[in-house]
Amino acid sequence: MGRYVIRRLIQAIPVLLGATLLIFCIVFALPGDPIASLFGDKRPDPAIAEVLREQYHLNDPLLLQYWYYISGVLFRGDFGVNFADVPVSQIMAGKFQITLNLALTALVMEAVIGVGLGLWAALRRGKATDTVILAATLLLISVPTLVTGFVLQLVLGVKLKQWTGADIFPVAGTFAGWRSYLLPGFVLAGVSIAYLTRLTRTSLAETLRSDYIRTATAKGLSRRRVVGRHALRNALIPLITFLGADLGQLMGGAVITETIFNLQGIGNQLFMSVYLREQPVVVGIITVLVLIYILANLVVDLLYAVLDPRIRYE
Amino acid sequence: MKKTSADVLPAEGGLGDAPLLAVDNLHVEFHTRAGVVRAVNGVSYTVGPGETLAVLGESGSGKSVTAQAIMGILDMPPAVIPQGEIRFKGTDLLKLSEHDRTQVRGQRIAMIFQDALSALNPVFTVGWQISEMFRVHRGMSKSDAMKKAVELMDRVRIPAAKQRVHDYPHQFSGGMRQRIMIAMSIALDPEVLIADEPTTALDVTVQAQIMELLAELQRESQMGLILITHDLGVVADVADKIAVMYGGRIVENAPVYDIYRAPAHPYTKGLLDSIPRVDQKGHELYAIKGLPPNLLDLPTGCAFHPRCPFRQENCVTDAPPLYEISGTRGSACHYWREVLDGERR
Repeated sequence: MGRYVIRRLIQAIPVLLGATLLIFCIVFALPGDPIASLFGDKRPDPAIAEVLREQYHLNDPLLLQYWYYISGVLFRGDFGVNFADVPVSQIMAGKFQITLNLALTALVMEAVIGVGLGLWAALRRGKATDTVILAATLLLISVPTLVTGFVLQLVLGVKLKQWTGADIFPVAGTFAGWRSYLLPGFVLAGVSIAYLTRLTRTSLAETLRSDYIRTATAKGLSRRRVVGRHALRNALIPLITFLGADLGQLMGGAVITETIFNLQGIGNQLFMSVYLREQPVVVGIITVLVLIYILANLVVDLLYAVLDPRIRYE
Repeated sequence: MKKTSADVLPAEGGLGDAPLLAVDNLHVEFHTRAGVVRAVNGVSYTVGPGETLAVLGESGSGKSVTAQAIMGILDMPPAVIPQGEIRFKGTDLLKLSEHDRTQVRGQRIAMIFQDALSALNPVFTVGWQISEMFRVHRGMSKSDAMKKAVELMDRVRIPAAKQRVHDYPHQFSGGMRQRIMIAMSIALDPEVLIADEPTTALDVTVQAQIMELLAELQRESQMGLILITHDLGVVADVADKIAVMYGGRIVENAPVYDIYRAPAHPYTKGLLDSIPRVDQKGHELYAIKGLPPNLLDLPTGCAFHPRCPFRQENCVTDAPPLYEISGTRGSACHYWREVLDGERR
């Protein structure tokens, strides 16, 4: 097990290098001159521009530039500075926290609502409850985040407060602590909740048809025990993959949600940095996202072994 | 207070003349989109204490469905039991409430399944699965129940039971897994054990060991055994009597010796003739012509008539009742005399 974890972490290194190099090249290929844009509308003094270029190694070949960057990240944990000399790690710090809060809120909602609804639908297969849940998931999948975001913001954030006077769901920002994340968390999780509901429903229904469930029934166990002990653990195994892979998705794909709810998170920052051609910030954010993705997948693989004894890591 | 299985049904004795388990004119239908599948059409049989009944028939003959109806593990719907009784010690199980039925299941009537790998839960240790019977039904502590599980594994002769009790099903061989199934089913000393093709998935040598184990356990505990199989070789050794099923009906029932000596139904005769024999090596193997009947649309008259070498005109129109040949023997063939005579000649 320990050796497996170490091997997986070593395998992560080429993935990390590949991903960052790719992003580095793409940002490098973007048109426009970052030094020129520093001076806004004015034309920079050629001598000053040259000094700046030299200072930020912009005249060096691409691969050398990449080496300067990646060696700093790997050996000194230094993500470099942007063109205003602000350290990238400082730019990312608070924003990652916000996005992480948002993503974890969304993940918990997925696990609770998605799995819960899925189990409920599976146990009421073919009945009205099942049909209603399936229809609701279809609706959630079909409507874009842009729409659910604004509608929920208006109905639950604004109108609910006007009608009841209680400020349950803040409209925007992060001033209300964990409550600030409820609405954006749900909007971000929406489509995943729907998928997870359907996945859970199928998984449990399939498990309930298996031979060992028939055996459990034949043992004279109550329906509650048959479903709760014998079926549930088997049905959960495929859901873990989805949840793990989705964490990366939630972290990186929160741009729209963060914009709607004015959360100053990493999605917003990434968008701004691409817009401003702040190459070091873009690459820095992507590097951390790739790391999170790799770690989430590792945790998923280890959870597998806990849930399913047939999987053993050598 | 919660009812226990002893409250639901008399524990020991008090049986009188009633057989231990009696299936009486049982019908089972499956209501599917394609139509009504008549899987069991009026099956009756009985099992006494210490008695072994072999239920013989090909896939789709209704032998497993009957067993699942006895256990009460059919999915209802789609399954429907429009008529019939299943009497255990005189009590009709079909009239019991779901809660009372659960008290019978596993404790008084137990069942083992064909493929022990898929019939055992892959994510729990075998010890956990066996000891669950004691924890749930007898309220034992975890450690006491685990000790009982080890005892049971010893009893079904699993080597190094004490260590292996913590292993998972996939870590055992096929034969050992079936022994675990058996250990689980006899945990609470059931009075009736239903074995649904217990040896089909196993090697021939292992098959014999498992059958021997079942026979031995039965001698010790005097439980009634219903052995469902399509393997005539398995039946001859252990069964006291045989019920042959075809198209959801019993077409012949008889003491095992009588059937092997002279079958009284063309289908039974076909089954016996299709056993490969060493003294006829090189000859083409005999096979019953045609296909098993479509349960959605059973043939008129006798369900076997499209495949029957003894067919006469009235077989197509008149369904034969189970003619009584002797006190212990019956055949659902209008021409059972001809079939019997043909054998004796």
